[in-house]
Amino acid sequence: MSQQRIPAWITVGVIPLANVALAAFAAGLVFWYLDINPFDALGTMAYGAFGSSYGWGYTLYYMTSYIFTGLAVAVAFQCGMFNIGGEGQAYIGALGVGLVCLALGGHVPFIILLPISIVAAAVFGALWALIPAWLQATRGSHIVITTIMFNFIAAALMNYILINFLKPDGTMSVESAVFHESAWIPKMHDVLAVFGISLDRSPLNLSIFWSLFVAWAVWVFLWRTRWGYEIRTVGSNATGAQYGGIGIPRVVILTMLVAGGLAGFMALNVVQGEAHQIKLNLVNQMGFTGIAVALMGRNHPIGIVLASLLFGFLTQGGSELQFEYSIDARIVVVLQGLVILFSGALQNMMKHPIERLYLTLANRSGSDQAAAEA
Amino acid sequence: MELFNSIILILDATLRNATPLIFAALAGMFSERTGIVNIALEGKILISAFAGAAAAYVTGSPWMGLLAGILASVVFAQLHAFATVTHNGDHVVSGLAINILAAGLTASLGNFWFHQGGNTPNLVNRAEELNARFEPIVLPFAKALEDVPIIGGIYSELLSGHYFLVYLAFIAVPLCWFILFRTKFGLRVRAVGENPQAVDTAGISVAKTRYLALLVCGILAGFAGVYLSVALTAQFSPNMSAGKGYMALAALIFGKWRPRGALQACLLFGVLQAIADRSQGLVIGGIEMPVQLIEALPYILTVVLLGGFIGRAVAPKAIGRPYVKERS
Repeated sequence: MSQQRIPAWITVGVIPLANVALAAFAAGLVFWYLDINPFDALGTMAYGAFGSSYGWGYTLYYMTSYIFTGLAVAVAFQCGMFNIGGEGQAYIGALGVGLVCLALGGHVPFIILLPISIVAAAVFGALWALIPAWLQATRGSHIVITTIMFNFIAAALMNYILINFLKPDGTMSVESAVFHESAWIPKMHDVLAVFGISLDRSPLNLSIFWSLFVAWAVWVFLWRTRWGYEIRTVGSNATGAQYGGIGIPRVVILTMLVAGGLAGFMALNVVQGEAHQIKLNLVNQMGFTGIAVALMGRNHPIGIVLASLLFGFLTQGGSELQFEYSIDARIVVVLQGLVILFSGALQNMMKHPIERLYLTLANRSGSDQAAAEA
Repeated sequence: MELFNSIILILDATLRNATPLIFAALAGMFSERTGIVNIALEGKILISAFAGAAAAYVTGSPWMGLLAGILASVVFAQLHAFATVTHNGDHVVSGLAINILAAGLTASLGNFWFHQGGNTPNLVNRAEELNARFEPIVLPFAKALEDVPIIGGIYSELLSGHYFLVYLAFIAVPLCWFILFRTKFGLRVRAVGENPQAVDTAGISVAKTRYLALLVCGILAGFAGVYLSVALTAQFSPNMSAGKGYMALAALIFGKWRPRGALQACLLFGVLQAIADRSQGLVIGGIEMPVQLIEALPYILTVVLLGGFIGRAVAPKAIGRPYVKERS
């Protein structure tokens, strides 16, 4: 008998769903312990996240950030690297966006400023990934450790720049001046109001369209260009890629520059779209959430958009839980942790039993058929 | 004399700063030496700090806090082993999950139990006659020698009057060295980290060795967390580990995965932190060093070392790779 194959719907459908179900079950236990009916909690979260244009606005606003940080992790994953540096890359990307908005805001029209700030976000984020990438490519130091270190270095650097250069005189809090209003990316409720559609005020802004476009562009880049092909080849078999004539150091650096740039884009949403100034710790763990997003989305842009929506829902729904049950909003962090644990670290736990079950069932129906034919 | 006093104060702070780093770096050493990448030190410190403070508050005894903290850290360490050894999960993903779980669980449970925004109540409370914090240990004759110049400063100020965990940290370094380099268990741990096939061929269970090494890792990381919440601050507050787990990982790498090297790195990072805490920056050779640069220096130095520009840090050979037995 030939080696039996596991069909694709099991690997990309049943097994991920089983992992999420386990995470949901564990989350349910946590809620139950906190004296909250898990189903009531789910209802509250769903209503908080999708029950009004206000809730939708926040959910999609978070989704926009997660698409960027998720893609930043996924592109590196496709090349077989673990980019934990999204946190720092997004933070430095915010510096690029902020400098452009502070320097040009009010002097040039928005339509000229926006492309410049987009480029600045990408370039600053990419440059922050360059040194870890170069060290990995040429000196063999492990990208996980160096990107972790660069997150801390970014935090210290931004602290220094904010306090010494960007903080306006006479203010107490560590943040830059507010950008000129002409530099702001328009809010969704303002734009739709022009067309007579009324929405509640929310941080959702037009950068959501950029995030969806970028997700599509990443798909084209990875699966329809030569560079993307090289990246995926190095990721699936580095020795084979080298044998096939692909220069690995070049591909590693290219990948990390793209990843850093993608993480930098997050600043368009958070800084230029919502806060309108550079604040301390503005990334606020969203770079780390990007890892969960990439894991759940199986490093594919479509999956990442869906996973970002899920995490946007968790984030917004979780803050709604806080009002409803007066529990800590960081319960959402527990949910994220459980998703990473079950969909990521323990993904093999369900894989083998499910595959074995499938093979047993397939064999049984196969032998039934054979018996009927005889 | 002024200078002498401030040096004593900085060194005194160095010992306090280095203690959690030493425990955590030693914890990481047992894990990484056996081939398990451990970026989860941060989460283990955090969960044990929380469990320690919570148990100490409820029972009124710092020792129960220590026990609870170590237990919590061990549970997380064994979860890491379960994911990475039993199910061949990715070490970095598992570590990350543990860190994120610890951050979320401590805040949510803390708020649920104590209703103080995720903090535990203070462990020292006169009104409730509660004193669940570790007491500093005053070495013999410290009081008598206090006013003797130089010796008083060094003995009474610098060496005496720390929490017992500080002294334990410095005892733990040679102890861990002995376990790792002079015992059968240590040899197995290191062998599994370098060449698991060979160990397996010799009839020793790779999985069991890794579980045991992570058990030791959990115990040591528990000391680090309990030190923060039950000794140093007498309270848990969310995210109080503040990157110490990652800094300990940096120290471990900086010390080239060896006890003495890790100790030196922890002391170096401790001094830098003490200087950063005391001053608004340093002037060295007419150039002003901003305080943020001093804070970032441990990470910068580690990156420079990893780049192979100062010496060479070679990780255990089998690190990060799952060991799957060949099947016939």
